[in-house]
Amino acid sequence: MSYLTLLIILFGLIVAGYQIGQRRAKAVKPKLNSKLPEHKLHSLPGFHGAYVALWCGIPSFILMFVWLFLEPNILSLLLEKQLGEQISGMADGKVELLKSSIRRAAENSQFPVDTALLAVVESYKNIQNQANIAGMVLIVSAAIIGLLISQRNIAQRFMARHKVEYIFAVIMLLSSLVAVLTTFGVVVSLVFETIRFFDHVSVSEFLFGLHWSPQIALRADQVASSGSFGAVPIFAGTLLITFIAMLIAVPIGLFSAIYMSEYASPKFRNIAKPLLEILAGIPTVVYGFFAALSVAPLMRGWGFELGLEISSESALAAGLVMGVMIIPFVSSLSDDVINAVPQTMRDGSYALGATRGETIKLVLLPAALPGIVSSVLLATSRAIGETMIVVMAAGLAANLTANPFQAVTTVTVQILTLLVGDQEFDSPKTLAAFALGFVLFIITLGLNILALKVVNKYREKYD
Amino acid sequence: MSENKIANKYQVRDVNVFYGDKQALFNIEVDVLENQVTALIGPSGCGKSTLLRCLNRMNDVIDVCKISGDILLDGQDIYSKKIDVVELRARVGMVFQKPNPFPKSIYDNVVYGPKIHGMIEHKSDGDEIVETSLKRAGLWEEVKDRLDSPGTGLSGGQQQRLCIARAIAVSPEVILMDEPCSALDPIATARIEELIDELKEKFTIVIVTHSMQQAARVSQKTAFFHLGKLVEFGDTDQIFTNPHNQQTQDYITGRYG
Repeated sequence: MSYLTLLIILFGLIVAGYQIGQRRAKAVKPKLNSKLPEHKLHSLPGFHGAYVALWCGIPSFILMFVWLFLEPNILSLLLEKQLGEQISGMADGKVELLKSSIRRAAENSQFPVDTALLAVVESYKNIQNQANIAGMVLIVSAAIIGLLISQRNIAQRFMARHKVEYIFAVIMLLSSLVAVLTTFGVVVSLVFETIRFFDHVSVSEFLFGLHWSPQIALRADQVASSGSFGAVPIFAGTLLITFIAMLIAVPIGLFSAIYMSEYASPKFRNIAKPLLEILAGIPTVVYGFFAALSVAPLMRGWGFELGLEISSESALAAGLVMGVMIIPFVSSLSDDVINAVPQTMRDGSYALGATRGETIKLVLLPAALPGIVSSVLLATSRAIGETMIVVMAAGLAANLTANPFQAVTTVTVQILTLLVGDQEFDSPKTLAAFALGFVLFIITLGLNILALKVVNKYREKYD
Repeated sequence: MSENKIANKYQVRDVNVFYGDKQALFNIEVDVLENQVTALIGPSGCGKSTLLRCLNRMNDVIDVCKISGDILLDGQDIYSKKIDVVELRARVGMVFQKPNPFPKSIYDNVVYGPKIHGMIEHKSDGDEIVETSLKRAGLWEEVKDRLDSPGTGLSGGQQQRLCIARAIAVSPEVILMDEPCSALDPIATARIEELIDELKEKFTIVIVTHSMQQAARVSQKTAFFHLGKLVEFGDTDQIFTNPHNQQTQDYITGRYG
């Protein structure tokens, strides 16, 4: 019996539970002609059905997940017991290897295994079968018990309507917990790896060091055997590129948002807005080669004519293209918040003899400021986290420079290069990626908190 | 007749208004006299607010709105090409149904109009305008200690008086009021009505109202609209005591509408 059959059985039970609940509720005959609420069926039969179905399905599904986690552990414990003295004194890794080959042999009789172990394999198969059946029986009986107990509750005044709603509220709560717990898990894993990194490299060297070259020697006598992990150049590079991108995206995005919401005819708006939002849907890789193959050479050509030295991989090219990429983040959100300012505000301003421009500058933008700020900060986090464009257009050289015509590199690009290829997972080089990720996380978190603060402080209530 | 002594502020001549294909007003002829309160009454959808919004060209904002006929302010057609709508609205202030102070301080709400019209050269000019406007709107005593607090934090009636102060700060000649009390309680309403009575000394007022008692209390002239047509227009006393038209009589006696 496989899990597929189990699922089919459970599904059948749930449907049956729904039917039984509904039937039982319908069988409760309200007293004839009575208008008193206590003589009527409290909830519609469908709610009674859903109530029984939920009690049939949820506990058994929970049990199934628990079993899925527990079964391998229990089996492995049983296997160890069986191997007994054979494994006493063996290294942990060896034991794991042995166990896994027994497991493989149990699954597939072709798998070559020591003849001495054949008996163990056979009995393991047995145990596995028994455990499997036990699990199935347990789960199915949980479903049946849930069904039987819950359907007994059905009565005229039983408030299935509220119970079902309550169960759904709990399900929704659990769903939202998934997101929260995931974030928490990511942060915890980042923190632990970062701490391990700081065992190898001091915090001050990482945060204030001016030289980044994360090469770790494979042999002790190798040239350049000690890597250096000063993260200042790559954070500076990130800042530089982000700054250039925001220089492009904020004015263009804001102006287009204002035009869309205040000046454009509905017809133009209906066509232009989706088109602008398509910009956000272009894969960043496409932007990347656009930046590397079109924009960067163009920049270099212009620079040459103007007598400027622009390298073919430059912060400028990457920043420009990234700026274009995040225009829709600024414009779309800002457009929405400007639109959300009530029409009565515009009327009030026009009625005082203000022009459109004055109304926008003095009433609409201040009222929409919180939304605009958060859209800009959202775009900033997006720019900071962007990787592909930078890899392709700005290069990998960790130069500490404020000159946008030179190649720079960013945090995300370095994380990428640190983890690409075969890596040991305990070398400082690999762990450095986690430290960078952690600092990046702190920065974006800080930006988000700042955005919230700004929004709360300058929120202008208009009703 | 008194009309000979008092000048015509507005002359509305044969005005038709269309929203797309739908005609909202039919051949309207109304005269608004200077320093009087003219009330526009009638059931919902009768076009009284539409007419009011034509008087300061607020309907310009609506793309599908088309108007024919003449509206003369001091003898000059306000829909002529020579008129700058921004200047027109500085001469004709408006107060809306729902109080709509800007999300700014009380002070900034009042100086908003004067600032954009270049009426403030020194800060003291602004202070003076704020004080006189708020005094004239009967709000000064209540807010003089908290001019920096947001205008949106005031009560509904105070907000509406702030909007009136904001409108008179620009020194308009006419104030249009679109059901200014419909969102207010009876006490705040009484305050505003008193205020309207005082304001007519300096300004010409056109008020749209749902309340017939209010029209009777505050206005000197009343125009009754029904289904986009002007049914009757005359002295308020005459309209309410001795209407010539049966429809008007039915409406003001509450049998209808």
